[in-house]
Amino acid sequence: MTAVLSVLRAGPAMSVQDLGRPGHMGEGLSHGGAADREAFLEGVALLDQTVECAAIEMAAFGGDFTVSKDIRIALTGAPMVATCDGEALAWNASHLVKAGKRLSIGAARSGVYAYLHVGGGVQTQPFLESRSTHLTAGIGTLIATGQELPVGTDAKPNDVNKMILPEPRFEGGTVRILPSVQTQSFSQDVLERFQATVFKRSPRANRQGLELVFEGEPFGTTDQLTVLSEPMVAGDIQMTGEGAPFVLLPECQTTGGYPRIGTVLPVDLPIIAQAGPGDELRFRFVEYDAALHSHKSTAQRLTEMTAMVSPMVRDPHDMRDLLAYQLVGGVVDALNEAD
Amino acid sequence: MTLQDASSSLEFPRIVDVGLCGMLVTFSNTLTDSANGAALAFREAVDALGLDGIMESSTSLTSAFVIFDPIALKREVLRQALSELVQDRDWETAGLPANRVRWTIPAVFGGDVAGPQLEEAAGLARVSTEVAVNELCSNPLRVMTLGFAPGQPYLGSLPENWAIPRQTGLTKRVPVGAITVAIRQIVLFSTSTPTGWRQVGVCGFKAFRPEAEQPFALRPGDEIRFRSVSWQEYDDVLARDQSGDGGAECEDLR
Repeated sequence: MTAVLSVLRAGPAMSVQDLGRPGHMGEGLSHGGAADREAFLEGVALLDQTVECAAIEMAAFGGDFTVSKDIRIALTGAPMVATCDGEALAWNASHLVKAGKRLSIGAARSGVYAYLHVGGGVQTQPFLESRSTHLTAGIGTLIATGQELPVGTDAKPNDVNKMILPEPRFEGGTVRILPSVQTQSFSQDVLERFQATVFKRSPRANRQGLELVFEGEPFGTTDQLTVLSEPMVAGDIQMTGEGAPFVLLPECQTTGGYPRIGTVLPVDLPIIAQAGPGDELRFRFVEYDAALHSHKSTAQRLTEMTAMVSPMVRDPHDMRDLLAYQLVGGVVDALNEAD
Repeated sequence: MTLQDASSSLEFPRIVDVGLCGMLVTFSNTLTDSANGAALAFREAVDALGLDGIMESSTSLTSAFVIFDPIALKREVLRQALSELVQDRDWETAGLPANRVRWTIPAVFGGDVAGPQLEEAAGLARVSTEVAVNELCSNPLRVMTLGFAPGQPYLGSLPENWAIPRQTGLTKRVPVGAITVAIRQIVLFSTSTPTGWRQVGVCGFKAFRPEAEQPFALRPGDEIRFRSVSWQEYDDVLARDQSGDGGAECEDLR
């Protein structure tokens, strides 16, 4: 029998996610998948497993869980306060959670999307080779209190207490963009003003995308465009009817009729997804070659992250904690830990 | 035509970059059956190229879209390949993809439940409700694109008098199977969502079947013809057919 993860208390927007299901745009289904792919990969690297192992995505708020058997977990993405039976758990790290213990995850301290990964992955029924819930397409549902999620077979059940340092991306910042379908329809003045403007995330945000607010004139196209709906992808920046930007995320519709001023580089998209209320965002056009230079395939990125995973380092005056932790967790690799 | 011309020219077909990994080939900025046919034929030809690094292709109403892996396939190489393909033939007359089918779908039009906005839509199209239903059912309509929601077809083109706008407000929710009209097209809803399109009828054909082996019932280029039936016949049909086809009949198109 493999383990079952029981949801004792579900946050308002928790769902099962992996890297989504590319290949069906022509059938009206957008890729979906983890809103912060970087955080998803960090969890995969921490548990040293494959990207097929689905995780639980938690938007802004976590939840309470318990497990039927000892399992490994990893916590990544927007940092939240996490405890296991009252004991603090480090974020961006892997841990052992013993059967029957209560894992509690609180609200995000910064950023939006956090991930609870389990060794062996969440084993819900796949659809078109992915377990990602895609709410706008009606695939899967939000995780609810009382739900029991099957956990897969873990290939490395004892490999825990690892940590990883994430790339900073939880407080807004400057994101790099390239031209998109209608960039040419915006005047040079508008493009420059767009890059000089400081944006903030409006409350209108979900896995489909987020609206940005700003001070100043709307960003209009030069001619009154009667745009036929064209294919769109996560990262595209639409100018809605009011001339306010709306940045698309993985659950966006497959086509859209609003003009698009640019597209966020895939590598910078996590900054958008993780922008919390009040965080400032700026956009900067870059050359294609520079964008390509910073681009990494999923496999490349995962290899880099795996190399960055290290044993958990603890502060010397946490030593008592550490000892207790080792007794509780049954970790025998104490020499390594104490280095 | 040089590559530079192809990117900056306002002529069609036009090739435009979409971010790091996308390239869009647009055949027209207005929707015609032939421009739509060009997009469908071109996408099929792109798929047939079998270029390493093309991750997926799709079509909108008048464009073909390619998503590629920019590490495996240099943008310039893809642009060159698409540019040559564009000039290889007249895509507007190239013919639609092979293996297309035509569905004839029983549907109920009008009334508070099936088509609460039939009268309003018919009025905008300047015909009586009877004539409206005849016009919506008289010709097979092409699946011009699938989009917005999974498997959801945009069908066209309706006669010119159906160039009616979307409503300014939104209908709170239309059911799966809702037949809605605007801008000379019909959208047959595959999910239950709010919409600005006016609902004139309903059918039992599910364009998206998440539980089925083949979850997408339609492909761009397929045809749909609606057959107006009574509630009585509709109920009988649905009682007999649980497949998701909603009693529709399918024939091969050559």
